[in-house]
Amino acid sequence: MADFLMPTLGADMTTGTLITWRKKVGDQVTKGEILAEIDTEKAAIEIESFHTGVIEQLLTKPGDTVAVGTVMAIIREEGTRSGQVEAEVEAQVKGERKEQPAAPPPPQPRPPAEGERVRISPAAKKLAAELGVDLSTVHGTGPDGAISLEDIERSTQTMGYRRETSGTEARPPIAQSPSPIASAADAAADKQARMRQTIAAAMTRSKREIPHYYLSTTIDMGTAMAWLTEDNLRRPVTDRLLVGVLLLKAVALALREVPELNAVWKGSDVIQSPDIHVGVAISLRGGGLVAPALHQTDRQPLGKLMKNFQDLVKRARAGALRGSELSDPTITVTSLGEQGVETVFGVIYPPQVALVGLGKLVERPWVVNGQVVARPLITASLSADHRVTDGHRGGLFLAALDRLLQEPGKL
Amino acid sequence: MAAQTEEVIRQTVIRVLGEIAPEADLATLKLDVSLRDQLDLDSMDFLNFVIALHQSLGVDIPEGDYPKLATLNGCLAYLSSHSHPEV
Repeated sequence: MADFLMPTLGADMTTGTLITWRKKVGDQVTKGEILAEIDTEKAAIEIESFHTGVIEQLLTKPGDTVAVGTVMAIIREEGTRSGQVEAEVEAQVKGERKEQPAAPPPPQPRPPAEGERVRISPAAKKLAAELGVDLSTVHGTGPDGAISLEDIERSTQTMGYRRETSGTEARPPIAQSPSPIASAADAAADKQARMRQTIAAAMTRSKREIPHYYLSTTIDMGTAMAWLTEDNLRRPVTDRLLVGVLLLKAVALALREVPELNAVWKGSDVIQSPDIHVGVAISLRGGGLVAPALHQTDRQPLGKLMKNFQDLVKRARAGALRGSELSDPTITVTSLGEQGVETVFGVIYPPQVALVGLGKLVERPWVVNGQVVARPLITASLSADHRVTDGHRGGLFLAALDRLLQEPGKL
Repeated sequence: MAAQTEEVIRQTVIRVLGEIAPEADLATLKLDVSLRDQLDLDSMDFLNFVIALHQSLGVDIPEGDYPKLATLNGCLAYLSSHSHPEV
């Protein structure tokens, strides 16, 4: 017997809403098969099953919003008899339900009585001021009801907040209770606002908790571009490669040499990932971005990687990503060169510990064999978590990236 | 015949652009301004544009010719001189 849980699809996801089940009770499901579609702050996501078996029970109804970790379905794995485990299933379901309510009850703020002092940590107070959060609406979960950083973050995610003050990054107001007759445009705007809010929470956490260091290097792309032009001449138009795929593959291979950067930070520990799943930052039409994983980036030949990259971008923009694609990235790559950006100073997406930024491919004077020649150059940057690596290791990564791109035929 | 061919090409280009940038108001597309700039297309979008034109019109567009398709007018001129759609 196995539980199918509401997954965590990002550092700041706390709940998800079931849109639909793709299976019904009694259906066979195999590991990796899409079992449900859920709606998150960022997008509608297809969720795969992590188990093979038969659907024993569906515990969540379409439209229900449940907390991350909630048991949504029970799968009877192969080799298990239904009757034998029925009582056990029932007991567990009851237990799980008791421990994990269908949705976290909204915080019940108790405004402090007049003259009563609000108990709040200095860091939480600072964040609340930055985000424009009204402390009287926040439920403190610390000792004696003290408001913690997490309480402030949670309040921005579950209740919406208005940022009244101007700042460097104005955020759209969040509707507290959408009108039932809200138009599709309003719904889209609300979705957009919630995505902005999710990004804001993740980036705020990143800048607060992760001691970033930044390195950059200029890479001569002359050899890679010449190779790519030749290679594409041999390919039908439907199979052509983009330079972005060469860069992604080179990043993935460089991570094999500096695996400390391919990791996540959990609690106070860093956990290196045995697999390299590069998260690719994809801007969405209409605003916002997602960074889903290109699974096993280092192991795919360029042609297959390109096809998977095309498919990922298409599905990201159509709102049809899969749960594992949002939960699996072990590092993020963001390319802003097409917007004319020369150097990216990226913000790490927690719990990852590094981000690679790629700038504009631009032809400039460059010295080759003592001669000044025009070469296509790109600036690659690394933002990394100083708790996990030092500049020396980061520098080795960028050097490996440069070296790999000088031998594109081996990518 | 020639006018009809040009109309087929024009409709195909507009349809493909609409699939790539569904939020865009294509009726206001300027003829001589970069499509990338007007529709916020990236390299992946442009490659998908070229692939769709190839599949719809049977035109093989070498990478070296991409700059000729930068604007709507450029697309229409290039495709008119390279395609032979059944009309």
